[in-house]
Amino acid sequence: MSIARRGMLALVGALGIGAVAASAPGVAQAWEPQKPVEFVIMAGQGGGADKMARLMQTVIEKNGWSSKPLTPINKPGGSGAEALVHLKTKGGSDPDHTIMVTLNSFYTTPLRQPGLGVDIATFTPIARMAEDTFLLWVHKDSGITNIEEFVVAAKEAGNDWVMAGTGKLQEDQLLTDFLNAAYGLNMKYVPYKGGGKVAKQLAGQHANSTVNNPSEQEGFYASGDTVPLAAFTPDRLELFPDAPTFRELGQDFVYFMQRSVVGAPGMSDEAAAYYRELFQKVYESEDWQAYRKKKSLYGDFLSDQALMDYWMTEREIHKAMLSEMGAL
Amino acid sequence: MEILQHLSDGFLIALQPLNLGVVILGVVVGLFIGAMPGLGSVNGVAILLPMTFLVPPTAAIMFLAAIYYGAMYGGAISSIMLGIPGASTAVATTFDGRPLAIKGQADKALTAAALASFFGGTLSIMLFTGFAPALATIALDFGDPEIFALMLLAFATFIGLSGDDIPKTIFSICIGLVFSAVGLDIMSGEPRLIFFDIIGFMHGINFLVLAIGIYGIGEMLWTIEITRGESSMSKAVITVERILVNLKELLKTWKTGVMSSVLGFFVGILPAAGATPGSLMAYGVAKMTSRNPEDFGKGEIAGVVAPEAANNAASTGSMLPMLTLGIPGSPTTAILLGGMVIWGLVPGPRLFIDETEFVWGLIASLYAANFFAVVINILFIPLFLWMLKMPFTVLAPIIFVLSLVGGYAPTQDMHDVWLMLMFGVGGYLMRKLDYPLAPAVLAIVLGPIAEPALRQSLLIANGDASVFVTRPIAGPITIVALVLLVLPLLKLIRDRVWKRKLL
Amino acid sequence: MRRAEIVTAVLMAAFSIYLMWKSAELPVGWIPDEGPGGGAFSFWLSAMMLVCCVWIAINWVRRASPPSRSDAPFMDSFARNKFVLVGGGVTAMIGLVHFVGMYGAIPAFLVYYLRFLGRHSWLTTLAIALGAPVVTFFFFDVALRIVLPKGYLEPLFYPLYDIFL
Repeated sequence: MSIARRGMLALVGALGIGAVAASAPGVAQAWEPQKPVEFVIMAGQGGGADKMARLMQTVIEKNGWSSKPLTPINKPGGSGAEALVHLKTKGGSDPDHTIMVTLNSFYTTPLRQPGLGVDIATFTPIARMAEDTFLLWVHKDSGITNIEEFVVAAKEAGNDWVMAGTGKLQEDQLLTDFLNAAYGLNMKYVPYKGGGKVAKQLAGQHANSTVNNPSEQEGFYASGDTVPLAAFTPDRLELFPDAPTFRELGQDFVYFMQRSVVGAPGMSDEAAAYYRELFQKVYESEDWQAYRKKKSLYGDFLSDQALMDYWMTEREIHKAMLSEMGAL
Repeated sequence: MEILQHLSDGFLIALQPLNLGVVILGVVVGLFIGAMPGLGSVNGVAILLPMTFLVPPTAAIMFLAAIYYGAMYGGAISSIMLGIPGASTAVATTFDGRPLAIKGQADKALTAAALASFFGGTLSIMLFTGFAPALATIALDFGDPEIFALMLLAFATFIGLSGDDIPKTIFSICIGLVFSAVGLDIMSGEPRLIFFDIIGFMHGINFLVLAIGIYGIGEMLWTIEITRGESSMSKAVITVERILVNLKELLKTWKTGVMSSVLGFFVGILPAAGATPGSLMAYGVAKMTSRNPEDFGKGEIAGVVAPEAANNAASTGSMLPMLTLGIPGSPTTAILLGGMVIWGLVPGPRLFIDETEFVWGLIASLYAANFFAVVINILFIPLFLWMLKMPFTVLAPIIFVLSLVGGYAPTQDMHDVWLMLMFGVGGYLMRKLDYPLAPAVLAIVLGPIAEPALRQSLLIANGDASVFVTRPIAGPITIVALVLLVLPLLKLIRDRVWKRKLL
Repeated sequence: MRRAEIVTAVLMAAFSIYLMWKSAELPVGWIPDEGPGGGAFSFWLSAMMLVCCVWIAINWVRRASPPSRSDAPFMDSFARNKFVLVGGGVTAMIGLVHFVGMYGAIPAFLVYYLRFLGRHSWLTTLAIALGAPVVTFFFFDVALRIVLPKGYLEPLFYPLYDIFL
């Protein structure tokens, strides 16, 4: 046993000395990752956050912007609880090589599971890459074309009106609760595992309405199967000019899904600066801009203290919404 | 014949040197990823997605589809050679593939797996070519009650799968289902069964952890004890003569092949189901319709043909709702879908009209991928057999190392590796007492599909369980499933009564 | 074998009860208009497990199952020996990963198994023990970008990362 180990150590050591000698002159440069960077994704494979994370990774790789690869790892467990705890633990051992793609469960999960001992204020803000938008969708066969008809139909159906959404006590249900309260409805919220499944429930008419992101519904929208009634955005979306905003309809309600990158707590300033610059480059790249336009994404690039301020504001908003639902 | 015209245009695209090159490369890569215990098509496609941006979108999706295919072939290799399912889709392949390998007929099992895969794949692509848009709408009609009914049917088809000891078999099914409930309860959003508040249980118990534990570690410990640590694994050889003999025997199973392919294809189309239930159901049906069902599980060639034909057919099937509706039919197609979005293609009903070249190029490349996969796979069989000839004291530690790495790779969490070890040791001890373990593995695969579907259906129906029998599609499926579930019980009671009368 | 059968049944019955208790953290009953609660699925399945254990115990009393009739020892000395040596080796390998990573633990385990359990020559042993981590590194770390844990050996890999990644 010891011989093999020593043999391997010698081998690795010899290679190491050679490589160090070769790269010695360039040492005095800015911070660079020493090893592959763990790119944690706070959601499962194939979902919205996952798709964006893999696009970011691809842009970085295609352009050779990082000397070490980003290695994506999905940690969807416990609505992101596992990912948050993982990041917190890494903050103790290796804060400079762990970053995470995050969404709104970044606020809600620590609020709902205080036992995790995660305080997002300690995390390192890297970059907000986009904010995804939400719309209210129905099937075209329902014959509903505007929000008034929707309210009439949903009121009549009462508790039999099925609203499908992603997860329990998360974004989609917050929006459903808002609609129920604002229009005096009693829709039944049925949770599913991912946005794609939700979109399919509507297309197959197993659900009456959804609050999907545009990227989840675009296929069915293009074929004319589903209709957007209204948008939870400040202005009308370019892709759906016929869908008014809730503001226009007299309800002051705007809601987004953040798509941000966060670093482990305790990350060194040099490393944080490196990642901020890296993701700014991604944000400005042609690929990312084209993607933003096509998926009608909101939200400009935010970084550093501005991003932390944004998180703190959003956390308070979510806290208020969750306690209103009695979930805290 | 508009379709043939489209198809020949498609072949012109698929046979361009670059596209052909990526297809062959993809098949080889997929074959090895699939043959690794722990890594299956999902991992392969997810990991290699970013690499595809070096080539145009058409070539990129061909590459990924070829990996998908290759991995489906590869999964059978570790199932047969090591007895560890390379992926959940290949669980059923171990039931008969492994006994064949132990009997020294690994060559027969590997050949059968390769050819059955080819057959299932090709037949399903033909169905795909002919009926894609029409079939797509069927998939949409499958709501939660239908999916639950389908899962019930899947359980019913393999209820009599293993074990003569009834309480132990039921115990095994239940414990698998309970383990599948660990993690997050999506209906209430609450964490569930987080043992001792260990954070690693939050992501649930991955099917692979249980499978590698039982089949990798537990099976090895058992084999070491049974063989008294002496024998080498198997004495299979491959010669032209043997191939011909095998082929002859294989031809007799064509009915199983056809049935399994069609079944696999249709189950694959249905959202959320994917290739795993497809292959399990095909195995169950093959056993039920066989003239000698008692040979299944002891090295029956049809028991290799059925799941392998079905899982390849299902992998093609699951691409259908992805392309035509933008709904992934399996976890792997969910990632393919992500890739298509990044390349700027919008999957959905309009894809067949807007992107004719892409769609038909892809379909044609599936034919090509299938062809190369079978050829490459057969060429590699001698290499695999040579590996089997290694002394057991060399093979066993390598399998332990593969289990370690394979248990770690999917979630990259040492928690899962420790869990795997516990399942391995526990599985070994229980196996000595005749507890059948396959039902637990099947249950942990199907549980996460069945439970939410059941509860979503009931929630929508205001708690009225009659939805499962009153809906036009769910009703007949549920009734067939219930009949299949009750039959073995009736038979058992009849046998008991019979015995008593004789006494 | 006979004693092992009933001991296992009792242990599994205890485990079933633990699972039922754990499942009961969430509602296990039927919620009107909604269907079963969050813990119901696992609770009632665990209850079925418990019933099966009782059933197994009854079969044991009646000597109806093969293990309950068998007088052979559950593990003879050979089996116990192998179980400790092999199972212990695998456990030690997994434990070592936390300290010296996969690339320390794998060669160590292979040398232990091949040389001391398998009694192969040093040449075979070293060829496999050193070859395996190299193949693993190129397949996982380099080709698939699944970075395996390195433990305290991590700094030794920095130059390798510089060259291959």
